Amino acid sequence: MTQLSPQGRTIPDRLQSPLTRGLRSWEALLVLVFVVIFTLNSFASPYFLNAWNLSDATFNFTEKAMIAFAMAMLIIAGEIDLSVASIIALASTAMGIAMTAGAGTPVLVLVGLMTGLICGAVNGGLVAGLKLPSIVVTIGTMSLFRGLSFIILGDQAFNGYPKSFAFFGQGYVFWVISFELVLFAVSALAFFALLHRTNFGRAVYAIGNNPTAALFSGIRVDRVRFILFLLTGLMSGIAAVCLTSRLGSTRPSIATGMELEVVTMVVLGGVNILGGSGTIPWCWRLSSSGLSPLALVC
Amino acid sequence: MSGLLKSRETLLALAIFVMTLGIAARFPAFVTPGNLANVFNDTAPLMILAIGQMVVILTKCIDLSVAANLALTGMVAALLNGAGVPLPLILLGVVALGAALGAVNGLLVWKVGIPSIVVTLGTMTIYRGVIFLMTDGKWINAHEMTDGFKALPRGAIIGLPVMSWIALAVIGIFAVVVTRTALGRAFFAVGGNAHAAVYTGISVGRTQFAAFVISGALAGLTGYLWVARYAVAYVDIAGGFELDVVAACVIGGISIAGGIGSVGGAVLGALFLGVIKNALPVIGISPFWQMAISGTAILLAVAFNASQSREKGRIILKSAESA
Repeated sequence: MTQLSPQGRTIPDRLQSPLTRGLRSWEALLVLVFVVIFTLNSFASPYFLNAWNLSDATFNFTEKAMIAFAMAMLIIAGEIDLSVASIIALASTAMGIAMTAGAGTPVLVLVGLMTGLICGAVNGGLVAGLKLPSIVVTIGTMSLFRGLSFIILGDQAFNGYPKSFAFFGQGYVFWVISFELVLFAVSALAFFALLHRTNFGRAVYAIGNNPTAALFSGIRVDRVRFILFLLTGLMSGIAAVCLTSRLGSTRPSIATGMELEVVTMVVLGGVNILGGSGTIPWCWRLSSSGLSPLALVC
Repeated sequence: MSGLLKSRETLLALAIFVMTLGIAARFPAFVTPGNLANVFNDTAPLMILAIGQMVVILTKCIDLSVAANLALTGMVAALLNGAGVPLPLILLGVVALGAALGAVNGLLVWKVGIPSIVVTLGTMTIYRGVIFLMTDGKWINAHEMTDGFKALPRGAIIGLPVMSWIALAVIGIFAVVVTRTALGRAFFAVGGNAHAAVYTGISVGRTQFAAFVISGALAGLTGYLWVARYAVAYVDIAGGFELDVVAACVIGGISIAGGIGSVGGAVLGALFLGVIKNALPVIGISPFWQMAISGTAILLAVAFNASQSREKGRIILKSAESA
């Protein structure tokens, strides 16, 4: 995506202070918007401020948000993956096939995650290996992956997943805390640590800012890109398990259009579109606290 | 370089020709002039939009709002028709409205400096949202449209429907604009090397703005054609069509990195998808295969184009150029 920014890159005069201040204010705004919406909703409907209602509301974003974490890292590194929703469709279809073949719940989950990983590897291989632009590659694989599940399923649907499989999308761990919410919180923590507390995370920022300089400073740029696509594929696989389990059926049109919602989440949550230094590099910075409000606001 | 471009288009034309021949070998009815004209007419909206998208991609931007723009202008055309506005005024109105919607994208990219993919992702949702606000999600059906409104794209002149003639006119006009005018050269200059373009006195932002206005105006025109031809208007018409349009451009050899492409490529890319779409039911393959086939075509096209441009010898400092 670096090529889409025509202005080139500028080096800010002062490195830290204005940038971090801008980011802080953006997240402060997000939290404020969230609080305002929350308060208004509570006044508007007496049923809003109910633990079960709020718990139900979380299902609307947990699956997308889990993908958004990986997508945020991809976008920071200057790439994009538009095929995530199609990966969900293909992974869900693969689980359906495994289910018809009589597989149990653990195998179903494994099939879903593996399909996600394989799709991610295809994207990563094409982008990092063949050096193709990620937006075009993932528009292509978006058609291909969903197309495959249309070929397999046509106008049919897979139904009748085992009872124990329903836990992932419908189960509750403790009172109103659903399994998906726990998964969401765990992946938020994991991605926070990965992005902000590891060498890998620094490498992602470095590549997003200047891939050539990153290469010269000893970062294996293509390997990091490949791993990022793998991660996005894996998170899409996890989302596929949750969504399939929640809906209890698979159609090829499952999760249509979700890729744009995920990208919107990332842009809304991590991006300071108007702030900063005037020119806007593609490498959006998701700051430490940006990870959680991003999903809640959507 | 122009030889390279030519050969890329010839190859694509050859691929379409061979594909058509292969189909004709088994199903001669597919290549009757009448059916080929049908295929062309069916692909006309995709071709018109692909030309607009090509201009935008040439300047290193992308316009994901074309399908939403089409749906909004189409709905407005249907509403104007319902209000008794004469057809010529409607035609002017949709082109103007489409251009205005494109100008919104262009201004946000030019004056505010937001990356085009974010801008058009946003306006894509906004434009569809506006349709919903205007209509409460209601449909406008065939019986609510006047006969003249519906008849225009279907009316035949010398054997071809008016919609095909409009597509041919757009192809002709933009073949000239892109290759024979200062604006056309500016599109290539901005996409090829923005800094060099500035030094030669070309305003990058203004050129991108012009590209978005063109793309919007063509989407507006297609909006009327679409609604009149299918005789229905609602929030979700042409949903997801923006990706078909980008796909047509990619297959047509237009580089997503900007600065490389041609009207012929965009048209052939659109025709490639159009022939596949129309041929599948004829040769008895389930239409469910279409999506996977066009996905594969996109991947092959982009891999092929990349391998071609790599031979040009642009890459220097090879070890550093993994970017």
